Amino acid sequence: MGYAELASVSRGFARMRSLKQFLQRQLHFIVIGGFLSILLIACQPLAQSQAPDASPPPETSSETVDQTEAVGTLELPPLPYAFDALEPYIDAETMELHHDRHHAAYVNNYNEAITDYPDLQSQGVEALLRNLDVIPEDVRITIRNNGGGHVNHSMFWQIMSPEGGGEPQGQLAEQINQTFGSFADFQTAFEEAGANQFGSGWVWLVSNNEGNLQITTTLNQDNPIMQGAFPIMGNDVWEHAYYLSYRNRRAEYLDAWWNVVNWEEVGRRYEQAVQG
Amino acid sequence: MAFTQAPLPFDAGALEPSGMSAKTFEFHYGKHHAAYINKLNDLVAGTELADKSLEEVIKTSYKEGKTAIFNNAAQAWNHDFFWKCLKASGGGKPSGDLAAKIEKDFGSYDKFAEEFKNAAATQFGSGWAWLVSDNGTLKVTKTANAENPLVMDQTPLLTLDVWEHAYYLDFQNRRPDFIKNFLENLVNWDFVASNLASA
Ligand SMILES: [Fe+2]
Ligand SMILES: [Fe+2]
Repeated sequence: MGYAELASVSRGFARMRSLKQFLQRQLHFIVIGGFLSILLIACQPLAQSQAPDASPPPETSSETVDQTEAVGTLELPPLPYAFDALEPYIDAETMELHHDRHHAAYVNNYNEAITDYPDLQSQGVEALLRNLDVIPEDVRITIRNNGGGHVNHSMFWQIMSPEGGGEPQGQLAEQINQTFGSFADFQTAFEEAGANQFGSGWVWLVSNNEGNLQITTTLNQDNPIMQGAFPIMGNDVWEHAYYLSYRNRRAEYLDAWWNVVNWEEVGRRYEQAVQG
Repeated sequence: MAFTQAPLPFDAGALEPSGMSAKTFEFHYGKHHAAYINKLNDLVAGTELADKSLEEVIKTSYKEGKTAIFNNAAQAWNHDFFWKCLKASGGGKPSGDLAAKIEKDFGSYDKFAEEFKNAAATQFGSGWAWLVSDNGTLKVTKTANAENPLVMDQTPLLTLDVWEHAYYLDFQNRRPDFIKNFLENLVNWDFVASNLASA
């Protein structure tokens, strides 16, 4: 193990913004071995280290958002900014409850559900969501709801930022203009879809089965991957996402949310969708 | 004739010592419930449904797959029913015929309470928990979003709203605490008993 590895490791810690990155680092360690892996596992005592065929990902993929390597039990990814970082658009108490309580509960419930199923533990949460039919019936709904809750919220924290707002750039911007007419038209359609999602759920920009951009909604914690689409970005329209600040005024929340969208990260997800 | 929102059967602050705040009613009754009724009126204006009873609108729209009308009509009805299920210093165990019926059909009040808590806690996302009479037998059920026992040929006796807006200001994410408080401090058993008597 050379200095480069160590540097990469410490950079990884500094930038650790998603479960995927965390897992990639951890898998990386298994391959390179040595005391650092023990140190990390000691710090983060989780079962992901049991991944059977870990191979070091290329350095560039540390920025990707795909989580298919997340096998075994889940860990609550740290929020990549402070609870109050998204104020005034999203208040600190909401962020704390949302991340530390709601998201944590999805993680815990999921882990509990797969405890007795080694077969499920050897698969990633996204793989299970894509293939709900193979899950034993007694835990299928629990995995669907809580696995979805984890994947959705893990993305959600990443696609927001205190430096967010503005407009998408590059290819994504072009594609949005082509599909929806303009960025403003896209925003309007996205907000309308979010406002009309009755009950709890999410509003999404996805790359659909034909590879086209599309605005969709899902009920509760369902994720577009369950229908074979790629979620490029999504906003949480469960009441817990906005009730403390916006109360019944979901439309105001949907409108304010643009101020915290991390278009850099959304753009990365778009590239990933395009690359398949 | 437009559908109207009945007044709350108690003062908006009356349940505050029993764990449901005036603030919650300000939004839950004043905004959410009111909005369902307003939207319903907008949706049925000028249609044949406008002159039907709320129950008929619920059943017809459900049967015909008119989702938006059903959602708003059912939510208008569900909330009106929910308010009547509440009272200051309510909760605890029922008495009389209702208590006997619960014991007969569930085994004991505690078994009913456990089943009700479980239904309310596990209704994932938005929805309702119910005590219903199903062909004369009491049952605990749960429904998603706006759905209610009226479209399942059951008679609703008691309900609890488990949409997050029902408890987020008072209990935040702690839905189990909200459910426990409902059973211990809020249930209007007199209303439930009258529903059973006329079931
Ligand atoms: Fe959420
Ligand atoms: Fe409600």
